[in-house]
Amino acid sequence: MANLNINIGKLHLKNPVLTASGTFGYGLEYADFMDLSKIGGIFVKGTTLNPREGNDYPRMAETPSGMLNAVGLQNKGVDYFINYIYPDIKDIETNMMVNASGSTIEDYVACAEKINTLEKIPAIELNISCPNVKQGGMAFGTNCNSAAEVVKAVRKVYHKTLIVKLSPNVTDITEIAKAVEAEGADAVSLINTLLGMAIDVEKRKPVLSTITGGLSGPSVKPIALQMVYRTAKSVQIPVIGLGGISNWKDAVEFILAGATAIQIGTYNFIDPTVSVKVVDGINEYLDRHGFTSVQEIIGNFV
Amino acid sequence: MNKYIADWTVKENIRIHRDCSFLKLTLDDEIPEIFPGQFVQIKVEDSPATFLRRPISIHFVDREKHELWLLIQAIGDGTRKLAASKVGDRLNIIYPLGNYFSLPEDWDNPPIVTEGALNEAKPLLVGGGVGVAPLLYLGYQLAALGYKPTFLLGAKSIADLLQIAEFEKLGDIYVTTEDGSAGEKGFVTGHSVLQSEKFDFIYTCGPKPMMVAVAKYAKQNNIECEVSLENKMACGIGACLCCVEKTTYGNTCVCTSGPVFNINQLTWQI
Repeated sequence: MANLNINIGKLHLKNPVLTASGTFGYGLEYADFMDLSKIGGIFVKGTTLNPREGNDYPRMAETPSGMLNAVGLQNKGVDYFINYIYPDIKDIETNMMVNASGSTIEDYVACAEKINTLEKIPAIELNISCPNVKQGGMAFGTNCNSAAEVVKAVRKVYHKTLIVKLSPNVTDITEIAKAVEAEGADAVSLINTLLGMAIDVEKRKPVLSTITGGLSGPSVKPIALQMVYRTAKSVQIPVIGLGGISNWKDAVEFILAGATAIQIGTYNFIDPTVSVKVVDGINEYLDRHGFTSVQEIIGNFV
Repeated sequence: MNKYIADWTVKENIRIHRDCSFLKLTLDDEIPEIFPGQFVQIKVEDSPATFLRRPISIHFVDREKHELWLLIQAIGDGTRKLAASKVGDRLNIIYPLGNYFSLPEDWDNPPIVTEGALNEAKPLLVGGGVGVAPLLYLGYQLAALGYKPTFLLGAKSIADLLQIAEFEKLGDIYVTTEDGSAGEKGFVTGHSVLQSEKFDFIYTCGPKPMMVAVAKYAKQNNIECEVSLENKMACGIGACLCCVEKTTYGNTCVCTSGPVFNINQLTWQI
């Protein structure tokens, strides 16, 4: 049994397997299927300062080995989260982390300040990469200056582990990673969804109400892997890899490419127990190859 | 209500229509209590074009025999694959999902029955196409509770009427077909039984235009009405927020707050 412990900033993970925001609800949705304490952590649904109704239906299109979504950060706002959801999830025996988003820098800051007060939330994942909102979201994450600005502002008020979730819809993701690292981000997570679209040819209409949406699932994995690899070589802070991971082998690929931890997203919809299987699979892999700790294989391909 | 994930075995697959299979599945373990209107999410194996699970209505449950019945209409690659399942195949299923049709005793304002008990209130179950699926289990449960269900079933043509023999065991049946090959010609909402009889509550499942027309009829006649929606979904457990329907209380997941909604909760133009 290898040592799966990982540290990211002040965050201690019992293993490097996390679940991605927007694919795992608040964790409780999956409690019937698996023991939530078996995984390293959970990023809850994207949370904003004020409630958001999200985009109109239809919000989803199935694509080859993946799906497009255009949910648009539907959530009841950070105060609702604090008053009604946090009490139910704070005692789950894993790291419960909040993915925070906003339309303005002030929104991000106000949201982060509130989350900073929650004792059982050890980290924020700052979402500067949501492709499905008209204002903010990805707009912050596709430009080095605005990415740096929002991280700088949040860093001033947020004192726990600050992870910044990056958009792949940029010319060079390593530049954005370096910009947020310079402003004090403790880690970066990548990739958020790739901008995509689908058209219903019979109806001659876009499938999504928003025309374009975010692509995720196994089809994006090679792109994500390449971005994680290049980013891990460009920054000193830990990189959390995600994008199309659907089994332990995918997870090990990301770790070998340089990811300190990984997130499982869309595949939770196909197999709600996949995250636990990935933990077990990484463990067996390490044993089989004679490694005593997962840290030994981070970025370690020959 | 707990949700489960397990491999079920295909016990029978009866082709009841050119595009529709009637699957009977069994499980070695006990089946939990399942209510009419709930659905399952089935993983589709060996179908490269299919990524997501397929949400399928529960047609019938026999807890003693550990049996689950489904009607699967082959529409795309995923459902075509499921409809072609062979006896002995294993299907990975998440169950039971969603809410369920409610009974008059659960309502704030149960129908007023002039004589006799509440179960003398008359339920009407309106189904179109493969949307008849959940109405069999609902009709069975209503009959078990002492109600006498009436089924009003619509289809394009006589060949498209599904499971008529099963429905006949449970109550009166009225039929419409678009081409007049069986029952009255036209749509369900034009059937003469709606004029000749008075129903106290209506349940409906089928194509959206049909459900909207039924909802309109129910509203005009001041009859309680529940509809079962089938918005496109990904997770089926309330995690992804893709299958939302606009309701009087905002965008809400059809997979967890539905699939059954009272028409008063919806923002349909009726």
